[in-house]
Order: sequence, then structure tokens, then C-alpha cells
Amino acid sequence: MPEAETPRIETTLMTSATATVDVLHFTHRHLLTCEGLSAAEINFLLDLADTAADANRQTGKKRDVLRGRTLINLFFEASTRTQASFELAGKRLCADVLNMNVSTSSVQKGETLLDTAMTLNAMRPDIIVVRHHSAGAVELLSQKVDCSVVNAGDGAHQHPTQALLDALTVRRAKGRISGLLVAICGDILHSRVARSNINVLNALGARVRIIAPSTLLPAASERLGAEVFTDMWKGVEGADVIMMLRLQRERMQGSYVPSTREYFHFFGLDDEKLARAKPDALIMHPGPMNRGVEIASTVADHSRSVIHDQVEMGVAVRMAVLEALARNLPQ
Amino acid sequence: MMNVGTITPRNSVNGRAHIGSTAFINARLVDPSSNRDEPGGILIKDGVIADIGPHLRRNAPEGVEVVDCKGHVLAPGLIDTQVFTGEPGNEHRETLKTASHAAAVGGVTTIVVMPDTNPVIDQVALVDFIQRRARDNAIVHVHTMAAMTKGLRGEEITEIGLLRRAGAIAFSNGKSSIANTRVMRNALLYGRDFDALIAHHTEDPYLSQNAAMNAGEVATRLALPGVSKAAETILLERDLRLVEMTKGRYHAATISCAESLEVVRAAKAQNLPVTCGVSINHLTLNENDIGPYRTFFKVRPPLRRDEDRVAMIRGLASGEIDIIVSSHDPQDTDDKRRPFAEATDGAVGLETLLPAALRLYHSNELALSAIFRALTSNPAKLLGLQAGQLVKGAIADIILVDLGQPWVVNKDELHSRSKNSPFDESKMQGRVLRTLVAGNTVYQYGVAERT
Repeated sequence: MPEAETPRIETTLMTSATATVDVLHFTHRHLLTCEGLSAAEINFLLDLADTAADANRQTGKKRDVLRGRTLINLFFEASTRTQASFELAGKRLCADVLNMNVSTSSVQKGETLLDTAMTLNAMRPDIIVVRHHSAGAVELLSQKVDCSVVNAGDGAHQHPTQALLDALTVRRAKGRISGLLVAICGDILHSRVARSNINVLNALGARVRIIAPSTLLPAASERLGAEVFTDMWKGVEGADVIMMLRLQRERMQGSYVPSTREYFHFFGLDDEKLARAKPDALIMHPGPMNRGVEIASTVADHSRSVIHDQVEMGVAVRMAVLEALARNLPQ
Repeated sequence: MMNVGTITPRNSVNGRAHIGSTAFINARLVDPSSNRDEPGGILIKDGVIADIGPHLRRNAPEGVEVVDCKGHVLAPGLIDTQVFTGEPGNEHRETLKTASHAAAVGGVTTIVVMPDTNPVIDQVALVDFIQRRARDNAIVHVHTMAAMTKGLRGEEITEIGLLRRAGAIAFSNGKSSIANTRVMRNALLYGRDFDALIAHHTEDPYLSQNAAMNAGEVATRLALPGVSKAAETILLERDLRLVEMTKGRYHAATISCAESLEVVRAAKAQNLPVTCGVSINHLTLNENDIGPYRTFFKVRPPLRRDEDRVAMIRGLASGEIDIIVSSHDPQDTDDKRRPFAEATDGAVGLETLLPAALRLYHSNELALSAIFRALTSNPAKLLGLQAGQLVKGAIADIILVDLGQPWVVNKDELHSRSKNSPFDESKMQGRVLRTLVAGNTVYQYGVAERT
């Protein structure tokens, strides 16, 4: 496999890699949550993803580690980029990939979810990637199937591969994660991205801040493992990384925040607020962006914006996750 | 008897502080903010209190204009935090200009206007409009409360952050209460991030639907639909639970019954960020005044039983009620002269606020300092205003009051554009002789009125 010999150019700067020496594989059957993942486990996945990321830049992108395996993408909630990313990751590893988009109207009850799970299980897949609009739904499904399950987002609960791809993006750009100050700003209340990122960043030794108006902060948010700010100017002060979150359109009109105009003024990342962060601060967004709502166009397209790197690292991280889980499958 | 005093119109004041020095000597200085009640005088220089104290009782510095107060009271100008006007939208009822004239006559040097206008003050541009109109036309200081929900509909919170930056001094849902608990919670929670004061009129909209007055014997005898005072207390209790949860700054705009006072007292004992106000109507009138369907006594919250009125006075004396408001609410005579149930709520009150409050002083129900505290230093503190105090360096918003002068209210002499006063033909004791805003005399009693 010539890809394996590709020199890992950007990772030579890494300092966090030292923690990984004694972990040789990822022992979980599923990837459902970032809560409880150790630094060693995360770094193992990131190292694997690093290799995949470099390989993805070569002409011959395919490796046959999943040859003969079946991957089902089961999406109960519309998604373009996450589903495409998982599909591509599966195909690059030579798995047979099946995409199933289940409209939310036809599947609403827990019972039906389990029926769907049992039906799919009977088709003998090896890995199912699931996105569902209800927190806990993916874990429920994982209890009923014989294969591995990857959580691609369950309600506002978890989105583990997003947090891992964010970590990889930061690690490649900054050379480390430990000791960095990361500010996550936006709709924390409804964000699975925020919850997963808080877990991963804490595990890797970063300092995390969350910034939102009080109406978009969950109760007891100070117990999540992050410092809480309702003033963005203060929250981004000295940050190494600013992660912006998407604000759903239906939450902009007065139910949680009064208007997009006011939200952008106080919680949108513009040049003025960006200037409060470190001069080399990274700008991140999980996409899709609302330009002029949570992020100014000039900032989204800034030279320090790594938003497109996040998408690239997404494929690599998903390859790493699939590969790690496949190693634990019965041969 | 039309020519009872002189109002100095805006064009001769033009928003500037008075230039020059004036000494007001031989006065009784009453200032709750500094616990002052003693003979003395005040020296005003360029619109600011340059000196104050007993040493100015007899002697003024050389070369300044001297006004002999003849032993009458010099007090801080009053701050009235609940004034409804008709500008924009219903200028025939009241404009900022006419409201400010009424205020000046009543000794009120700062008014806070409510967002219940047409259009509703729920946008930055409208806050700006009020400020501009007030600057050009009003002779007292004008601040505005902005709506806390869009269109006062109680459904979506307004741009509290931007409105606050534009100068909205607090947020209110005007005369309507927010039924949706979630919206109220969000207003308190979101408002807290901007240190916004949320002032709420608490009256359960379902219980008070179609109600014309306080429920009870009088309503039953008059066969009018009544609303129980529980409608007020239920919503107040809900709000205070939300304050406990959100820690947002909350002001119960006008409580009117003993039970509400009880609830506020408990919240204050818990150190919650809670204050409350009472209208002058609920301190000096009760439901019996309605008599034979007198619609000028139809106000919101409705006038209650006399026990409740007495409870309000006790609440003020104990400091549990923070402020007194006029709840000045100009209405057309046409809208008032209707069958009681169909008549509009509201009473004008700026000009009678202080004389009516002084009834409680003359009847020995309230100390003078308690009355002035609830009309000067407390509202200033509540709204974070640099006003309502007689101290060196403060803006010279000052009133001269003859506590003893008897007079009879004549609605035709009111300066408000609307004449719906429940105090028409009432005997009063005590009147404002002179009102100064930033050192300028904007009203003076006893000088022939220019027309």
C-alpha cells in the first residue's frame, strides 16, 4: 500500500501525539457519543484520519480495508454534506454503500424506528451510519442491531464525527490542541456540534468557552465543561479558535432571538469581534453558513477561515472512524 | 380663572441648560436621597446645583439673582415612570409637548412614556423618533420605555439589545399583559444579558376579559362584569417564579391589592431583583368612587376596595412599594362618555400627581419623605437616572412646592390635551409654585399665562 508510506508533512509539528503510544486500536463497537472518549482514543482516530487526509490528496485515493463490507447511511433528517462525506469515506475504503433517506413524516414513533432497525439488521450490514432528529434515537437503534453504529447526529445531543473533524482541523493548523482557548459561539441550546466539541476539546486539554444569548443557552450550561459568556466581545477575547454555530431560521424571529439584525450585531462574527481574538485565531463553522446572521461574509472568506478544511477533514475523519470500527468487526 | 400660571414653551429654552446663577433662599429643603429635611437654600449655576445647605437660608452670594422661597419646600423634580401619550398616532389625545406641559405644571421634571402608541415603540427608529420629538418639543426630560414584544402582541420579543443602545430606558408590554409564560421567560432571560429592566402590567388576560371593574359587592350592585384581584396576583406570582429562574430585573408596574404586596414582599425577602410601583389612583381612590357609573374612575388595574388602598399606603411607608406613578392616560371625552362597560380605561394624572399624593401627608398616612422618595430618588435609582436628588453637582431639576395652598381641580384648567381626570372638582391642598428643568424655569404659578 503505497499510500501508507506518504510522509505526514503537517503532523511533524504535533505535540499531542505522545499520548497515543499505548493505544493501538479503538475498542468500541459503536461511535455514539464523544462523552467519555479518552485523549488516547481520540488521538488514535485523529492519527488515522491524518493518514487518510494525506492519502486523499493523492491520485490513488482508494484502499480496500472495507472490501466486502456493507455500509448503510440511514438518514431520518435531511443532510447533504454529512451524508456525502460518509458515502465518500465508505467508497474510498471500498465498502458497498447504501443511502437510505427516511422522510421524517413516515417515521415518527420510536416503535417504527426500531422496526426500521430490525429490517435493516436483517440485510446484514456491517456498519450503519444514523442521523435522527431525536436525542437518544441512535443509541436506541444501536441496541437492536448486530452491526456497528455511527452516530451522524441525534437531535441536539451528539455529532461525534463533526467534533473529531474539527479537532483534526485545529490540530493540523495549530500543531496542537492542548492549551488552546476555543470559543464556541451561537445556538448552544440546540447544538449537537457544541456538545460533542466540548467533550472532545476538554479531553484533549483545550480551554473551552461557550458564547450565546441566555435564551440559547441550556440550563446549567456552566456544568458542561466550558466557561459561559453572554457577551461575545468578552467571550472571544484572546481565543485561538472561534467556532461559529448555525442559527436555524425559525429561531431568529422572536422566539429565541428577536431578529437576525440584532443577532448579527451582538453574536455575529464580524471583523470587530474577530479583532478581540488572537491575531492568528482560526475561524470555523460546521456549515451550512448563514452569511450576515452568524458570520460576516468577509470573515467567512477570511484567510484564517478553515471552513473548507473542515469539509476536507470530514471525509478523512469518517474514513478513520469506519476503519477503526471495521477492525473490531468479526472477520 | 384660566390664568393660573406660566409655562415657558420649548422654543425659549431650546434644550440648553440655563446660563447664569440663581439662589433660592429661605426654603425648606426636602431631599430623600440625602435624608435632608431642613431650612436652607440652593445656588444654581449654569443649570447645575452649585451649592446647597442651611448656610444659604438667608444669604446668597454677591451678584446672583435671588428668589425668596418664603419657607416653601424645595424638592427634586418628580420622576413619573408611567405616562401614556398619543404621539405617535393619537395626537388628538396628547402629544409629547402637551404631556410635558402638564408634567411641568405638576412638578414632574422627567417623564417616561409608554410604548402603547400607533405604531408601537418596538423598533430602534421609533425610539429615535420619540427622542427627537421630545428634544424639539418637550419642556421636561422625556425617556421612553420600549415594547418588550413586537407590536405588544405578547408573542415575539423585540430587539432588546439594539433598543437599549438606542436609549430605551426599560421594556414594557404597556397596558397588556403577556399571557404566554414562555415569552415572558424569554423576555426576562434575554433582557438580563443587556441588564434591561422588564416592567410588566400584571393582569391575567383571560380572567380579566370584558371586565369593567373590580369584582365584588359594588360590581354586583352595579351589575358590571368584574375581575377578581387574583387576576393580578396570579400573573405576578408567575412572573416572580420566572424572575427566580432567570434573575432578570423585574418591575411590577402597578400593583393594586394587598395580596400582590404580599407576593412582592416575599420576593424581596429572597433578594430577587424585583421592584414594584403603585398608581396615585390606587393610593387615593377606591371602587366606591365609581358611584353611579362614573367612567372617569375606570382605570386599569381597576380601583379596589378601601382595604387594598390602605394596604398600598402601608406598603409605601414600609418601602416595599418602591415608586408612585401617575399612570397618566389621556382619553377622549367621547371614549369616556359611554356606558361604563364600554368606556375606555384611563385617567390623566400628571398635574394632580403631587397634590393628590400630599393628601396622604395631610391625613398623616405617609411622611413627606416617603412620598418624595417614591417620586424622586427611587424611580431614579430604578431607571439608573442621574436625577431625583438635591445634591451638589446634580442637574438642577427642582420644584418649589407650597404644601398648604388649598385649591379645587377644574378639568378645564388642565394643560393635558385630554381632560379625563377623576379628580375634577376635588379639593386639593398643596401646589407646585415653580418647576425648574436644568435650571430653567419651565413653569411658574401665579404669573399670568401667555396665550
